[in-house]
Amino acid sequence: MKKTYTLSVFTENKAGLLHRVTTGFTRRHINIESLTVSESEVPGIHRYTIVVNLEEHEVQKLVRALEKQIEVHKAFYHDDTNVVHQEIALYKIPSGVIVHGGLAEKIVRQHGARMLAAEPNFTVIEKTGYPEEIKALYKELEPFKILEFVRSGRVAVTKPMKELQEYLAELEAAAGN
Amino acid sequence: MDTLTKPKTSAEAASTERMTGAEAVVKSLLAEGIDLMFGYPGGAIMPVYDELYKYKDKLNHVLVRHEEGATHAAQGYARASGKVGVCIATSGPGATNLVTGIADAMIDSTPIVCITGQVPKQFIGSDAFQETDVIGITMPVTKWNYQITDAAEIPEIFAKAFFIARSGRPGPVVIDITKNAQFEELDFKYEKCTKVGSYVPRPPVKTEKVKAAAELINNAKRPYILYGQGIILSGAEEELKQLVEKTGIPAAWTIMGLSAMPTDHPLNVGMLGMHGNYGPNMMTNECDVLIAIGMRFDDRVTGNLDKYAKQAKVIHIEIDPAEIDKNVKTEVAVLGDAKETLQALLPLVNENNHEAWHQRFKEYDQLEYDKVIQPETQPTSEELTMGEVIRNLNDLTNGDAIIVTDVGQHQMIACRYAHFNKTKSNITSGGLGTMGFCIPAAIGAKMGAPERDVIAVVGDGGIQMTIQELGVILQTGVNVKILLLNNEFLGMVRQWQQLFFDKRYSATEMVNPDFQLLAQAYGITTKQVGERAELGNALKEMMDHEGAYFLEVLVGKENNVFPMIPSGAGVGEIRLE
Repeated sequence: MKKTYTLSVFTENKAGLLHRVTTGFTRRHINIESLTVSESEVPGIHRYTIVVNLEEHEVQKLVRALEKQIEVHKAFYHDDTNVVHQEIALYKIPSGVIVHGGLAEKIVRQHGARMLAAEPNFTVIEKTGYPEEIKALYKELEPFKILEFVRSGRVAVTKPMKELQEYLAELEAAAGN
Repeated sequence: MDTLTKPKTSAEAASTERMTGAEAVVKSLLAEGIDLMFGYPGGAIMPVYDELYKYKDKLNHVLVRHEEGATHAAQGYARASGKVGVCIATSGPGATNLVTGIADAMIDSTPIVCITGQVPKQFIGSDAFQETDVIGITMPVTKWNYQITDAAEIPEIFAKAFFIARSGRPGPVVIDITKNAQFEELDFKYEKCTKVGSYVPRPPVKTEKVKAAAELINNAKRPYILYGQGIILSGAEEELKQLVEKTGIPAAWTIMGLSAMPTDHPLNVGMLGMHGNYGPNMMTNECDVLIAIGMRFDDRVTGNLDKYAKQAKVIHIEIDPAEIDKNVKTEVAVLGDAKETLQALLPLVNENNHEAWHQRFKEYDQLEYDKVIQPETQPTSEELTMGEVIRNLNDLTNGDAIIVTDVGQHQMIACRYAHFNKTKSNITSGGLGTMGFCIPAAIGAKMGAPERDVIAVVGDGGIQMTIQELGVILQTGVNVKILLLNNEFLGMVRQWQQLFFDKRYSATEMVNPDFQLLAQAYGITTKQVGERAELGNALKEMMDHEGAYFLEVLVGKENNVFPMIPSGAGVGEIRLE
């Protein structure tokens, strides 16, 4: 059964590595739902957060293929019950609505969103949450005309408590073998 | 460049040597013990070639006639010698011409390091003359690749490249060097690499896994060993033999594993896969424990996975974690180097002989002998068969030669019938099935194992894909015996067209050049035979000849290779005719 999985891939910080990581997906025709790259808590190690919709045996093979890359230190996969995750969305709407109507302002408060920028012509609203929450706010703002909309990929931390540092220490020990 | 202007400490100055990047490339190769490389010069790699000129007494460069030939020669060299093969080419087309050989080395786990020139750093991304994104192009087919844009990186990157290419599951590495980095100077100091980040080349063998494997083996009634190239790559030939002899378990080879055990060993039961032996395929679906060692369950070995060894408990001894459960679900996966694992396993397994089980193989063998092997190797038909050529060749080599094959019918026949006594003797393009592999790979193999006889068994299709490499034989005099099995067809495709496409021979009939004249033009002694009575003597003449020889044997045009597992069928559905 296909399911949403969040991959956390920890790599060296090297130019060109994104290509090595993504070819693992493209050659298997795996669609990346979202991809976010950032630093991790370990200096010099980057974290790729990749969301895919796959069967578990497929995601297992994918993770092993990713770990095979020389500069990939470790890759994990988790289903939604084992990660805490969020996305961020920005909505640009005409300022007139906020100033004159007041309704949009109420909606923003109800949705736990916030005003990020208020310019004479437009206002930018930011919402952090689950995809369905972001979608719900979109629906409510739609009547006021959304001038621009953008949503980030998922960022996620995992629930298991073993730290990356411990995994890296194990690999370090084995690498010297 | 800050690395060039940084003041040196006195200790650094004493242990380093000031030189250009181009010289550092050559010095790095020498530091890795490289004394031979294959390549083709061009604009973006000229500074390195200039250094090769200066160092030619220490580092022999073999000029190929097309860059693909350089990769296959490096592969042949690596497979015959067990060392890392090196090739070098210029940027752009020079680099892209390497790609087929790199992909071949990737899928067949062959350690090669490919050096490519690149346009100067400041021109990258400008669509400069002969600029191509070689890093991007080769990324999916390399174990690792890297672009050097700063001369100071050269020693470290070369050390890393050789370590990665040869360690763990070996593979190809590409180093792309911009021209400015070849001209610039650096303080050269070479230190061999023994570790790269968190890369684990040899996963530590887990005792509990070895014990679990031993328990399954000891309780098995019909155990069966399948071995692949992992045996050869880890140097586990002796351990495999001991395991087989102690436990009495029959062992079968994948074509990449062929020659890891002498072919006439009584417990070596034959070849697996699409054109493998009948018993070894049938027994896959009759065994109760399947012990796969250093092999990856390629589809040409397994046929339809839904009909593959479903009754068996599978033990997979494998160095690459990504291979575990990739195609076949395992009961016990023992991660680690084959030699190390077998050494740990040997004391734990019981002596046995599995007499009744062996009897089953013998029954199947007799069937195959009567239906396929005898007619193929001792034909009564007028036409010569590929099988009888190999049988006659066996009488002359006594199993001691290296046989390099191309891809197609002749390859399957050679792998089925050639005798091997020594390891690293079967050199072929297994996973990628690269036509054109044979001639350059045979040249590389001879240079990697000069003391051994090297015979290139090749078809009339494949030879024409890299026939220009006969120029290397002309220029170097390398003693390669070329045995061309000419059926004037792209035989394997024709066979499929006959069996599965109602004999519509679409684009498989070859109008060939006069191969005798062609080989003679390259200064090679030649002979052509088409009569059975002449075959033995012609082969003997080839083997006795001092230097390269080209023997063309005219074989039956429309012969087929059997047995055969049709595409999509299971191993148990292998056909004898």
